[in-house]
Amino acid sequence: MLGKTAAGLYWMFRYLERSENTARMLDAGFRIALTRSTAAEDEWVSVLASAGSHNSYIEQYDQIDAPSVINFLLREKNNPSSVMSMVETARNNARLVRTALTREVWEATNECWMTMKDLLAHPIHEKELPAVLRSIRQQSALVRGALHGTMLRNDSYDFARIGTFLERADNTARILDVKYYVLLPSAQHVGTSIDNVQWETILLSVSGRSAYHWLYEGETNPVSIANFLILDRQMPRSFAFCFTKLAETLGYLGEDYNIEHPCQLKAEAMLKNLKQKTINDIIDQGLHEFIQDFISENQKIASMIEEDFRFYG
Amino acid sequence: MFDEMLGDNETLREPYAKYQQWIEQEDTKHLNKKATEAEAFFRRTGITFNVYGSEEANERLIPFDIVPRIISGHEWNKLSRGIEQRVRAINAFLYDIYHRQEILRAGVVPAKLIAQNEAFLPQMIGVSPPGGVYTHICGVDIVRTSERDFYVLEDNVRTPSGVSYMLENRETMLQMFPELFSKIKVRSVSEYPKNMRRSLAACTPKLCEGKPVVAVLTPGIFNSAYFEHAFLADQMGAELVEGHDLKVVDGHIAMRTTRGFKAIDVLYRRIDDDFLDPLTFNPDSMIGVPGIMDVYRAGRITIANAPGTGIADDKAIYSYMPDIVKFYTGESALLKNVPTYRCAEKDSLTYVLDNLSELVVKEVHGSGGYGMLVGPAASKREIAAFKLKLLDNPENYIAQPTLALSTVPIMTKKGLAPRHVDLRPFVLSSPNRIQITPGGLTRVALKKGSLVVNSSQGGGTKDTWILDE
Repeated sequence: MLGKTAAGLYWMFRYLERSENTARMLDAGFRIALTRSTAAEDEWVSVLASAGSHNSYIEQYDQIDAPSVINFLLREKNNPSSVMSMVETARNNARLVRTALTREVWEATNECWMTMKDLLAHPIHEKELPAVLRSIRQQSALVRGALHGTMLRNDSYDFARIGTFLERADNTARILDVKYYVLLPSAQHVGTSIDNVQWETILLSVSGRSAYHWLYEGETNPVSIANFLILDRQMPRSFAFCFTKLAETLGYLGEDYNIEHPCQLKAEAMLKNLKQKTINDIIDQGLHEFIQDFISENQKIASMIEEDFRFYG
Repeated sequence: MFDEMLGDNETLREPYAKYQQWIEQEDTKHLNKKATEAEAFFRRTGITFNVYGSEEANERLIPFDIVPRIISGHEWNKLSRGIEQRVRAINAFLYDIYHRQEILRAGVVPAKLIAQNEAFLPQMIGVSPPGGVYTHICGVDIVRTSERDFYVLEDNVRTPSGVSYMLENRETMLQMFPELFSKIKVRSVSEYPKNMRRSLAACTPKLCEGKPVVAVLTPGIFNSAYFEHAFLADQMGAELVEGHDLKVVDGHIAMRTTRGFKAIDVLYRRIDDDFLDPLTFNPDSMIGVPGIMDVYRAGRITIANAPGTGIADDKAIYSYMPDIVKFYTGESALLKNVPTYRCAEKDSLTYVLDNLSELVVKEVHGSGGYGMLVGPAASKREIAAFKLKLLDNPENYIAQPTLALSTVPIMTKKGLAPRHVDLRPFVLSSPNRIQITPGGLTRVALKKGSLVVNSSQGGGTKDTWILDE
């Protein structure tokens, strides 16, 4: 496979994953804004920060309000991290790697783009938002379904998966990075309603609210939420889950290509590290430092992958 | 005016008999709805072409008409014999013109016409392409004027496009009107990509060992025909590469893969000669492969089509095509040429000047309709102005009569209506055989009375059916 094609597949799925996560964060933010109007502005700031768009937003708008944030994150052309921009970038990458995709995956991606272009042609009013977000989730599910159902399990599939899990791990880490303080055990806040709202948003942002309650039997506490998002290998958006998949996929590639690349060794080492830790170790050592460290290691592994598989030269 | 469905005098022609039976039962409104569905189908598949400069509408569809153009098996056999003869002659001509130049010595084609021609590449003199094949893929443009008369309008032997439309038009028709295909037996076109791969692989360099590696070279995602490049690579199971994916490694052209560099044996390039190799041709080319011509001359890669084939579809050479066919095959040309007046010749020039209002005058090296006079559509003033240009440099022009192109019905809001068409069948050449896919791209002028079928000027396409009989 061409290095360029591997890069295209990887970025196509990174962007698709990120656009879906942005939609999910908007959903959580919107819910908070509806139910707790006093906390709304803070919540929108968190959403913008988690989406990595806070600075570019401030450059373009004077104040933070729901309609502006929603439209900035969904459809602003000048925002490369808006859902529309990202779906467009994903589709451009799909066009670039058209030969590595099945017709079903290509058509699902193209339809996703056409649907988004249509839906997001005009500013989104709050009352339309739930339907729009649902449609984004549905469209990306269709692409993912086509990928799983029709692609050969070869290196094309592997690079698509690598992009997905690296991006997902990064997104979960960013949500935690913005909200880590609400998960720190503190006598002052425990049990207050503010914290409960914040905890709930974190779970909503990763589509994990009911899964969490199912697993932890209805008892909400910050330590187990942190455990759920970082170490729980059943949770498909946790660090540990993403790295299990990443190490596994890099292992398939290593087997297929008959070479053990540095990026594979690195992913295995990071997974091992996650497996050995308990959530109390992490909190004792500093939750914030741990998350920031994870984000930067995640970026390192991304550059190693680009180099090991000759993405750009 | 000859209509392919209704002939000269409104009597249904045999090839359309079964289709007529079917469409009589159909409701125009329903068919128009089907036409809208077809458009959605094309959009979803992404069969679009890029238009430069307009941001919003930068991906356009070529309009598709749901009424098939139907050609009988008998007519097709006649046509394909003519095409095969012509393509054979063109290959022989190209070999000759880059080697001993017998045809020039025999005085059949004036030497001046070759030596001074930009499409002639001196770099190809003495170079023998693998298997002796120059025109691996060509698309001969054919028009019809009556029950019996077919003319070749152009021999596209550089990098003809449109084959993806031939394939996708059929795919669309199969999805939308499956019942038609069980009533009418139509020859299949779907083997084209497989045949193309085989045909290219058969032209692999002698030095190649093992299974030939085939790749498609595209200028990139912003090229207007990018969809077709990706489509063909996908359907052939070949890598789609750009210039920056390739470099010369150990004397071969190799592509950068996730496992290192891998040599390519056959490169189906969709870029012009001029951009192919900045070290040999245009030094500013960013989309080519530096050094590919050296590798080519060393016999380590097949370039399809071979560099320098453009000399064979040059407009000045076109007028000699019947003589070229005769010279290399010893037979008279089965397909007619449009009568062409070479303004370089005194008698012809006199005739052309006297009849400008009835002729089409073209620049010898022009393409895409630029610098052209369409006599019947031009004003007196335009004709007078053109006359001066023509007198100034007569060698730069040829003239042809305007042909009464045949019509085929299209579906309009009010039902069927005749429109002018042309036909581009696709021809694959390998050392042992010439294969013509039964079908081709039918382009149709959607405006009533218009003779312009180009997609850039409002033309559309139709599925082309060759009856299996």
